[in-house]
Amino acid sequence: MTVISATPDTDARTLTIVSEFRATPERVWELWADPRQLERWWGPPTWPATFTELDLRPGGRASYYMTGPEGEKAGGWWEFVTVDAPRTLHFDDGFADEDGRPSTEMPVTRAEVAIEPVADGTRMTIVSRFADAEQMRQLTDMGMVEGMSEALGQIDHLLTGD
Amino acid sequence: MVVRQWEQAEVDRVFAALADATRRDIVSRVLRAESSVTALAEGYDMSFAAVQRHVAVLERAHLVTKHRRGREQLVRPDLGTIRSAAALLEEYERVWRGRMDRFGQILDEPPTEGDHS
Repeated sequence: MTVISATPDTDARTLTIVSEFRATPERVWELWADPRQLERWWGPPTWPATFTELDLRPGGRASYYMTGPEGEKAGGWWEFVTVDAPRTLHFDDGFADEDGRPSTEMPVTRAEVAIEPVADGTRMTIVSRFADAEQMRQLTDMGMVEGMSEALGQIDHLLTGD
Repeated sequence: MVVRQWEQAEVDRVFAALADATRRDIVSRVLRAESSVTALAEGYDMSFAAVQRHVAVLERAHLVTKHRRGREQLVRPDLGTIRSAAALLEEYERVWRGRMDRFGQILDEPPTEGDHS
């Protein structure tokens, strides 16, 4: 299984996902750095993502939108804080309207990605930080749209952690 | 799975209640077995009144309920609220698990094939 642990911490308001892949750190990094590869995994099959901008350097931004089954669009943006290929990637992750304008109402989370070689591949640790409880609620409400269509689509096996 | 909509004040109460280590401990204790306030108080190095105040905070956040039995006040977990608090993060976790699953699938593709879209 790809994901080896997922640790939600309600007090710290973080979610830590640890995954291991049979690939080099350089190859893992490519899936973040190449927009055509990135959009193959960022959105679920029912809400595929299209990246229109990916400026992978500190202060640089990424823009994308996801397209739903009825053709509806949900936008998002990133702003890179730390970029150290192929090891460290920190970025703010926010919502945008259909035209890519950042939402001022929706929450912004900070994602901290750490990529390190292990014995037979690469470990990637992603810490997702929520600013406060209300942000967490808003995000999970949004996540439900994605998560539920995903669940309907394909991934029952993912939902049974233990 | 459906997560019910929460009012902001409700969310704040729940997370404020769970921000305290003693209160989290009280919740995990009563999840194992309902307990009187007196019995709970014996487990902590603080006054009965202080433990009672912690229980009251949990009760206002709907994380526990209190019931009278004779001269005792029994504290029980409110499973609905506790499950919903956990479900908030589980939803988000599910989104990320889906992403990592797809991430792994791309990496498992034969390296020379490239993008076969």
